[in-house]
Amino acid sequence: MTNPTDPAHAPSHPAPDPNDAHGSIFDGLLGSDSSQWAFGTDFEDPLAGVDTTIPDGVDPGDLAAYCLMLADDALVASHRLSEWCSRAPDLEEDIALANVALDLLGQARLLLARAAAADATVVPALPEGSPVPPEDALAFFREAGDFRNVRLTEVPNGDFAHTIARLLVLSCARLALFERLATSRDSVLAAVAAKGVKELAYHRDYAGRWFLTLAQGTDESRERLLAALDEIWPLHAELFATHPVERAVADAGVGVDPATTAAEVDVVLEQVFAMSGVERPDRAPLAGVQGRTGRDGLHTEALSRLLAEMQVVARAHPSGRW
Amino acid sequence: MTSAPSAEWPLYEVFVRGKRGLNHVHVGSLHAADDDMAVRHARDVYTRRNEGVSIWVVRSDAITASSPDEKDPMFAPSGDKVYRHPTFYSIPDDVPHM
Repeated sequence: MTNPTDPAHAPSHPAPDPNDAHGSIFDGLLGSDSSQWAFGTDFEDPLAGVDTTIPDGVDPGDLAAYCLMLADDALVASHRLSEWCSRAPDLEEDIALANVALDLLGQARLLLARAAAADATVVPALPEGSPVPPEDALAFFREAGDFRNVRLTEVPNGDFAHTIARLLVLSCARLALFERLATSRDSVLAAVAAKGVKELAYHRDYAGRWFLTLAQGTDESRERLLAALDEIWPLHAELFATHPVERAVADAGVGVDPATTAAEVDVVLEQVFAMSGVERPDRAPLAGVQGRTGRDGLHTEALSRLLAEMQVVARAHPSGRW
Repeated sequence: MTSAPSAEWPLYEVFVRGKRGLNHVHVGSLHAADDDMAVRHARDVYTRRNEGVSIWVVRSDAITASSPDEKDPMFAPSGDKVYRHPTFYSIPDDVPHM
């Protein structure tokens, strides 16, 4: 048994104790009630306490594939946002972008765990005895062709205006989707969506405010925003194209057909564009290859480079304990 | 467009009220372009660990403060006036929460 007062065993950066009268400036702000810790923050089992039974009439393979689609959108978008760490225009925006990235990473973790729980065959095989949990195996040991994210999430960041334009479109679409997903027959998806709605509402607000600011700011900021919007627009339509898996899970009452959100998202985007004095871009959608796009595992080469950086450490130590 | 942007955003002071707190507590400062952005920055910088349910921000240059030079005339005279503390009353045993 270790003695907590023994400096040899004390953690170098102990978590602040909210009951310690001599702690931080946040004393008096922190309550000690357990409600501070929400569903999905368990370090060991992300789905602890949630019913993971697959609802009647749902194909486990389809449910897993659908969870991968939603998870990979969040995971890849999160990684792109996290690339801003230490590089954002100022300290406050640096933290704001990291917060958004962490929200999305949390969504990805729960959805990857759900995919693995629904159909264990989607999880890449690792060496015998590897302690890597299934959600990490899915994040770090799949090839680009197994990722199901839309291509809008994977293209390189560009400048700050580019990130804002992309985040606006992504968060509008994902918020509309999650609002519907909150009534899913799958209790995990419903819980993930209900939690995510609050996060995405803030992301949309953040991106919308910056979109307006950049559009109505200086000549330079407006020019950059318009260029960014024009650049990402060919990737916008893919968000609302229905993949057969999405149709199947929507018919089964556990998923949402993204096409059903398109009109609502359009109205929101039009409002932001109108307030910002920006015309909706007139750019044709980026074609797939033989009809295949991000949801089918067909990606731009940017995804391979992103994954190489994201996965290199985990892949070098498949039996590593973190 | 409007006039050229200034090089640095103004400084704001941030006050946060916790879940169980009755008052807003000063937690730090940050830079923001305007009041609305200051509230959002405060949310992102100072309430990431579930500290708050309410935020106040105020431009630092809107605060009037006492000067360290005036410290003695301002505060020293109250140092020896213990009779201003209500410690000379005896409290009956059946009065709780005192």
